[in-house]
Amino acid sequence: MVLKGLLWGVAALLATGVLALAAARRPAKGILVYGLSLAVALAALVAATASLLAPASLGATSTLPLGLPWLGAHFRLDALSAFFLVVINLGGAAASLFGLGYGRHEETPERVLPFYPAFLAGMNLVLLAADAFTFLFSWEFMSLSSWALVMAHHRRPGNAAAGYLYLLMASFGTLALLLAFGLLAGPSGGYEFQAIRQAAPAPTIAAVVLVLVLVGAGSKAGLVPLHVWLPLAHPAAPSHVSALMSGVMTKVAVYGFARIVLDLLGPPLWWWGALVVLLGGMTAVLGVLHALMEHDLKRLLAYHTVENIGIIFIGLGLALAFEANAMPAAAALGLTAALFHVFNHSVFKSLLFYGAGAVLTATGERNMEQLGGLIHRMPHTAFAFLIGSAAISALPPFNGFVSEWLTFQAILLSPALPQWLLKFLVPAVGAMLALSAALAAACFVKAFGITFLGRPRIAAACNAEEVDAPSLVAMYALVALCLIAGILPAYFIDALAPVTHALVGASLPSREGLEWLTIVPVAESRSSYNGLLLLAFIAASAGLAGEVIHRWASNRTRKSDAWDCGFPDRSPVTQYTAGSFSQPIRRVFGTVVFRARETVDLPPPGETRAARLHVELRDLLWETLYLPAAAIVGFAAEKLNRVQFMTIRGYLTLVFSALVVLLAILAIWQ
Amino acid sequence: MAVILDLLVQLCQMLIVLALAPLLTGYVRKVKAHLLRRQGPPVLQPYRDLLRLVRKEAVVAVSASWVFRVAPYLVFGTTWVAAALVPTFATGLIFSYAADMIAIVALLGSARFMLALAGLDVGTSFGGIGSSREMMIASLAEPAMLMAVFTLSLLAGSTQLSSIAASLQSPEIGLRISLALALVALVMVAIAENARIPIDNPATHLELTMVHEAMILEYSGRHLALIEAASNLKLLLYVSIIACVFFPWGIAVSGQGFGAYLLGASIYLVKLAGGGFLLAVFETVIAKMRVFRVPDFLGAALMLGFLAALLLFVTQVR
Repeated sequence: MVLKGLLWGVAALLATGVLALAAARRPAKGILVYGLSLAVALAALVAATASLLAPASLGATSTLPLGLPWLGAHFRLDALSAFFLVVINLGGAAASLFGLGYGRHEETPERVLPFYPAFLAGMNLVLLAADAFTFLFSWEFMSLSSWALVMAHHRRPGNAAAGYLYLLMASFGTLALLLAFGLLAGPSGGYEFQAIRQAAPAPTIAAVVLVLVLVGAGSKAGLVPLHVWLPLAHPAAPSHVSALMSGVMTKVAVYGFARIVLDLLGPPLWWWGALVVLLGGMTAVLGVLHALMEHDLKRLLAYHTVENIGIIFIGLGLALAFEANAMPAAAALGLTAALFHVFNHSVFKSLLFYGAGAVLTATGERNMEQLGGLIHRMPHTAFAFLIGSAAISALPPFNGFVSEWLTFQAILLSPALPQWLLKFLVPAVGAMLALSAALAAACFVKAFGITFLGRPRIAAACNAEEVDAPSLVAMYALVALCLIAGILPAYFIDALAPVTHALVGASLPSREGLEWLTIVPVAESRSSYNGLLLLAFIAASAGLAGEVIHRWASNRTRKSDAWDCGFPDRSPVTQYTAGSFSQPIRRVFGTVVFRARETVDLPPPGETRAARLHVELRDLLWETLYLPAAAIVGFAAEKLNRVQFMTIRGYLTLVFSALVVLLAILAIWQ
Repeated sequence: MAVILDLLVQLCQMLIVLALAPLLTGYVRKVKAHLLRRQGPPVLQPYRDLLRLVRKEAVVAVSASWVFRVAPYLVFGTTWVAAALVPTFATGLIFSYAADMIAIVALLGSARFMLALAGLDVGTSFGGIGSSREMMIASLAEPAMLMAVFTLSLLAGSTQLSSIAASLQSPEIGLRISLALALVALVMVAIAENARIPIDNPATHLELTMVHEAMILEYSGRHLALIEAASNLKLLLYVSIIACVFFPWGIAVSGQGFGAYLLGASIYLVKLAGGGFLLAVFETVIAKMRVFRVPDFLGAALMLGFLAALLLFVTQVR
């Protein structure tokens, strides 16, 4: 019933896309498209939430006569897809609401509107697919529709290159997934998920599949070293689409990984967990370090997506490691942490991208070195961005902290693992996680402080106007969710119980039997956290302090110039910039990770030209991995180019020899 | 009845940390002055400073926003709550389950986040330099802190401070090299987090290496008083954590009589005095570091934390 409704919703989204093509010249079509998308996404959100909360309704299947003629298109709604449907449609509804206002500033709506609902439909289809063909088809549909959205402003410098790289990486990822499904289906060719689930592959095959899935889903999610396209492509799209790609589409990739590795691939081995945890830790640290070096607001947010994907994969890897060692409760903790972070990240990352979009419409500027002081002109956007920043920096009492805290608790259970590699590796990854959380806080002090605080650096920042009502409603809705998921996490964790039960066979202690909505990962004597109580206490003590001081001491305030040790400078360029803010961290980490080099160009005495500081950063991964790969492809293309200009005899020889080689292989194989 | 008693203990704890925090700061200053053969300000001077600041009018820069004015209250409130959740003279605080050790450290992180933003709010370079360096130091301190927590959790099977205190008192734990290493790591983190020498100098106001003081340079009046009170509380909090975890003797347990609480309180005072004295001695004998030597210092803390955990693995505790 719910599944049918969801499929109808997908059909409605596709129809909306076609409608947008048809109504190309109508002025109100933006409202129509975003309104319809909002309605469908809201309905799907409600349906998915309801089925996640009533697990009895899960497990429905449906087969449509589409796709391969002998296979049909299989769809299934189980706990895992229901949870991800909640995430995707929440993000989709918020983005559509934001788009209602933001889309009016779009210069080329005909390049955005038809693909936007198609993109939403593609993501929903991936989650519902229950056979390899439908999955891959929807996956590719999602990739291509998002590529079209990335290319919406293709004339801006850099966007075409970003789109090209995205297309390349997406095709590469789909190829890896295609091979993975081929291996999973085996020679008999059972492409339905049910058939794959029943025939667990041999360990060597499973290992190859794991690596292929890490490449396929990891390249979509932005796992290091396959992340290079993400910070280029995500910011290139319009901001609400950036929010969808960063906050939501990466979660579809996480779904793909969880579906194949935790569900279809059979019982895991311990080293899978080690591999995934290590990749996650590296991704988290490298993502946040890149973000710190970045002064483009949207690209900074995209790099933070890389970081948060790393945190999610740490949780998934821990779940794998614990499951391989038959520790279901610990595996459930790792998985809950990862899935809760999936939800949280989609909420605050969407919120932050909307904030960046609002800044972009108000000032036309993405480079935060040019902004400043926007809190006076855009108080609502600033407040929403501040809450989002606190949430992504894993600060209590917001939601980001809860999921990272759960990840830490899972890490603290690692000494019970029997393998020595895991015993040593997981605490080290824990230190990396702590480092990335602290660096994220530094990065968002920079992002919020330089963009919204201080004094405006350019005229556009002085005259910025607050954005429209629908955009603000979308932002405030997500602000509320950041706080609610932070102070009442017990409800969200309970909703995750069916998912963890289905995948690892256990779940966290439920909120019944615990006082005051405290969350307890393992046992009460071990650790517990209560955000509601903390928030109440902080509010009470801060309020009390304010009340006491204002009543009995002094409440006089005088406005004056800044003190600045007696030498205030009115010029806004003398403020601390984003570059100077990140300089200490660049000195500490950048010299190793980015081979950062600073050169000071100091004019000789008597010359009046300004001194200049040049910073040179190198992306070592790009230089050691991608440039050689591109060189090899270029070299091969150069050589193969000769094949295009052969005589007919040459071609015939080529065909004949290919046939002989294939037959020879077949003969040896038999 | 027991609930009321626990509630009372919690309330006492909140008031005690608030009342004692300036005293600890004053005591450390006094000991430092004596070690330098100066007379130094009276021990009660921090109270007088706070009172005087609270009564003055607050000067706010024209370019400041509401963040600048709200931050002191939030910083103070958050730090106070964090300090109130650390067992000082008695475990069994009724709200201690609201936050474990990781959450308490994260609460301090929230306070620092607000303060760093406030440093950037006015738009001066002093505030910026302070915020930027504070966040760098914090990002280096956090992994080291986590490794120390990891070691403790490995030994005690818990990150809840009262459980750690209880299990470290039990005879089967005993003296361990790992504990010593974790103690050193935690002390180093505490020194960095509290902006003490050799990382930062709490007594300077005009020096380019200053971190914390530069960040709050624009504050005055009641706002400054709140921030000062919060940093006093933070120092007390770290001394209390170290005392509670590594020297848990004498802490009253829930259900014991009034005498146990009184004894716990007086032993706590002795612990505070000891911690403050050692801090003052350490600060006197060591020189301030250059800011880019801080990574070495905190990197050493991280390595000690690692070593502590690895030693525990090798000796196979449990």
